[in-house]
Amino acid sequence: MKAKAITLNVNGRRHQVTLFPNVTLLEALRDLNYTDVKNGCEKGDCGACAVELNGRIINSCLVLAWQADGARILTNAGLGTMESPHPLQEAFADAGAVQCGYCTSGMIIAAKALLDENPNPSETEIREAISGNLCRCTGYSQIINAVQMTAEKMMQQKAQE
Amino acid sequence: MLPEFELLMPRTLPEALEMMDESSKVMPLAGGTNLLVDLRGRLSRPQTLINIGGLDELRGVRVEDGYIVVGSAATIADLKRNALIAKHGQALRQAATVFANPLIRNRATIGGNLAYGSPAADAAPPLLVLGAEVELLSKDTRRTVPLEEFITGVRKTVRHPRELITAIRWPIPPEGSVGVFRKLGLRKADAISVLSIAVMLLHMDTGDCDQLRIALGAVAPTPIRAAAAEDLLDGGPLTPEVIAQAAQLASEATQAIGDIRGSAAYRKRVITALVQRLLTNLAKDTKEKKH
Repeated sequence: MKAKAITLNVNGRRHQVTLFPNVTLLEALRDLNYTDVKNGCEKGDCGACAVELNGRIINSCLVLAWQADGARILTNAGLGTMESPHPLQEAFADAGAVQCGYCTSGMIIAAKALLDENPNPSETEIREAISGNLCRCTGYSQIINAVQMTAEKMMQQKAQE
Repeated sequence: MLPEFELLMPRTLPEALEMMDESSKVMPLAGGTNLLVDLRGRLSRPQTLINIGGLDELRGVRVEDGYIVVGSAATIADLKRNALIAKHGQALRQAATVFANPLIRNRATIGGNLAYGSPAADAAPPLLVLGAEVELLSKDTRRTVPLEEFITGVRKTVRHPRELITAIRWPIPPEGSVGVFRKLGLRKADAISVLSIAVMLLHMDTGDCDQLRIALGAVAPTPIRAAAAEDLLDGGPLTPEVIAQAAQLASEATQAIGDIRGSAAYRKRVITALVQRLLTNLAKDTKEKKH
């Protein structure tokens, strides 16, 4: 097994890393300190490791880092900052959608993918969009509220523009 | 931590075919949603993986000589979005919308779903009723195998270690044909099917009788067609009596086993009920259309 130099473009930053072929994108991201990406089940059941890869949400535990060579990767931490959070991040805090926080990054990435395609989703559509993300604390109600709040807010903002 | 393996990254299909090998130590990797899980669980121990998911030659859906041709590395999300699939592969589109979850759908491929050889593969029953074929390519051979002959047992297919699945194809169904898919899972999303059913009515314009096809998943070692039920329905009107009899025959065609997701008896009963329901809806819809 031989290591290879690859490039990972994460949240707008370029990283050159030399990795073995059996390193997953999840492991590579966490080693680069993108620890907002959580390691849950490592088999694609929980969605805690969800990130955007070239604009599509995926489980980073089921992608090899070499497969992401040169790709654009977006994690929850890349959506906003403490000073200027993304509307979803703000709404998750306001709605009490974060308890232990382990699912939050993946939930927000999945919710963002939904709102990108469908700015005014129904509750069913929200539930469907986060169906690959498990939360063991909230019972999902607050998470769904947070996504609905964000959708309303973003539509209002758009209407004002 | 995944076990050690070599990873080859071909840039073209010919390059990939050159890398394939006689031994089963070499394994193609596309979406990885099954394979990487098996590797982690040490259920599969290939020495070399060949990354074919990014090959352009294996992507996309196109029309070719009266066939719909789907590249083997098209993802389930690609199928869900595609207008040709919506029109000419209705049951497949329905299966794509309830397949696993959105994260998995963005990676899992149609070729991988079949190559894995699971009796519960959600793409299989829709493709069976569509009369799909699997295109297999190696460095110096090309063949097309009907899907019914492709999966031969639990996790077994006729794919030779040197062959890659390059495409799945089926004849464009006649205008007015209708396909439906239903899956029974233990929860609404991210479920392995307890059982699944695809039904298709092929509309014959030429005065011939419409043809009905029924396929069942997760109730036998492979996804199956319910041939006896289809024969009974062939050419006759869809009366409640015929439908009930066909549903019974479909259930008798299964070799359901009991497992963590359901007992054999439960599967057989639900197949009867669901086939009856789908055929009844179909009979109603086609009647309404004629009036």
